[in-house]
Amino acid sequence: MLNKKKLIKIFKTASLCRNFEKITFKKIQEKIIKFPVYLSAGQEFIASSLSQMTSELRVKPMIFAQHRCHSTYLAFGGNMKKLINELQGNISGATFGIGGSASLHSKEINMYGHDGHMGTQGPIGVGACFVSRKPTIVFLGDASAEEDYVLAALGWASTKKLPILFVVEDNNLSILTKKKVRRNWEMSDVAKSFKMGGYQLDDNPKNIYRFKEKIFKKPMLLNINTHRLFWHAGAGQDSYKTFDRYKIIKKKLGILGNKIDQENFIRINKLWKKHSD
Amino acid sequence: MEKTLRLTIKEIVRSHLKKKIGKVFGQCLTAVGWVGGTLPELYEKDGMVELSMADVAGGGFAVGAALMNTRPIYVIRYQGFNWYNAPMILNYACKSMEIWKQPCPIFVRSIAMEGGIGPVAGSSHHSLYFRMPGIKIVSPMSPKEYIKIYQKFLSDKDVYYVSEHRGSYNNTSEFKNDIKEKKQLIIIAISITRFEAEKAKKNLEKQGYKIGIIHVVWIKPFKLKKNEINAIKKTKHGCILLDDDYVDGIANALGNKINLDTGKKVHTMGLKDKSAGFSKRTDNLPPNAKEIEKKIKKIISD
Repeated sequence: MLNKKKLIKIFKTASLCRNFEKITFKKIQEKIIKFPVYLSAGQEFIASSLSQMTSELRVKPMIFAQHRCHSTYLAFGGNMKKLINELQGNISGATFGIGGSASLHSKEINMYGHDGHMGTQGPIGVGACFVSRKPTIVFLGDASAEEDYVLAALGWASTKKLPILFVVEDNNLSILTKKKVRRNWEMSDVAKSFKMGGYQLDDNPKNIYRFKEKIFKKPMLLNINTHRLFWHAGAGQDSYKTFDRYKIIKKKLGILGNKIDQENFIRINKLWKKHSD
Repeated sequence: MEKTLRLTIKEIVRSHLKKKIGKVFGQCLTAVGWVGGTLPELYEKDGMVELSMADVAGGGFAVGAALMNTRPIYVIRYQGFNWYNAPMILNYACKSMEIWKQPCPIFVRSIAMEGGIGPVAGSSHHSLYFRMPGIKIVSPMSPKEYIKIYQKFLSDKDVYYVSEHRGSYNNTSEFKNDIKEKKQLIIIAISITRFEAEKAKKNLEKQGYKIGIIHVVWIKPFKLKKNEINAIKKTKHGCILLDDDYVDGIANALGNKINLDTGKKVHTMGLKDKSAGFSKRTDNLPPNAKEIEKKIKKIISD
């Protein structure tokens, strides 16, 4: 059960991710960042909830993220300065200025970089989990989950009964093509057909948190419906009516929510200024 | 009795598993022939892992295993299968050191054969890997060559594409370069063509030609030694490079490099520019001794 104290912890992490993305959005507009950036604002409660859950379980999972990975990196404790430097192409960046926004990697938090081909983190994460038997989280988008090799990876993870959690961050969009145009099936059903736990839920931390005691015991897939606030890449908004869970939870937390949000904004702004070229 | 290459590979794989250096991954490994007799009769409990038949994902599983520094041996029974197996090896494992400073070494045992196996599976496909950064490509055809390469791999951080050929598995002998004295032309041979190149050289020498030979084990990085460059420079007719892949791949790329290093003409022979059929009439085989002889005679007489 997710109590208020834990919700605040999750919100603090989500707020860090949200404010980072908000400020990064500006930096893209100001052309301080000059290459494609995949902002994860709107989706931050997924990684934030999971990092809270794994921390309570005292598990440091291996993380195989997708291209939209800033929130994953930050929520699990990735170094923000290194991310700022990475987004400016600096050698002191998280991936030495090579990986950019989409391929963040951090030995400190067991996060393995993404190569840019959609969904490769599926089989690669499964292979790593197979030989190490370490708890593993593979993050996928609803589009990359459609890759044939992702489906094959689910099948093998199930066959080998791996301690792995597949998380589909389902924002219903592949760039701008909606899911219903691309397919008539759900990943949670696919997972079930592969004889593993498959669940469909929204990104309310309360709903994600319910799975805390179940993860890593056997292969499982959570298809978490969420909302991408900004463009697929770059600084822009597809719609100003997009559902925003962050706003709702901030409001729910009242003055404290505002305070956390503002403090993070100021802190991250300062950090960006300090580490801008 | 001298050890065959087949037995040498089998012993290497056994020791890789028994010493728990890493696992062996592949499809249908424990089938009747144990991949041409190159695998010991071991199973998943020993580290010999049968993968599902999903080729693309299979390559990814091997990459994941390599990320955990378990130095997997990944067996691809026909080199043509690389069209599906290669993507994550090339785009993740090979780039991992450069992008993330994260070693991801895999020993890719990629096996060629030809003759009656149609348009997809046969021959060597090492050119497919050649253009990508971060990979080492080797083609050992003798026991000592194979042992040396495996030992080097154990202390390396890179992916090794080991271009094997079933036609070499019975081989017990080692190869020697012949670049002493002035030659009319030097044969530079890769993979299975090395056997036919030796035959062609002998036959031509019987007819009075002075032919040299350089055996290529390291395809990438490829570097001719100084004495080899000098020997080519001294020839009247340059050299001919033989490969078991299409010429518009490694053969022509290395040919260009050799030409720049020596200033001599480099002719190339490999698979013909056509799809292989199953029948003898429509097959596409690497150059045999007779074809090599004919081509060399033509180069010399022109």
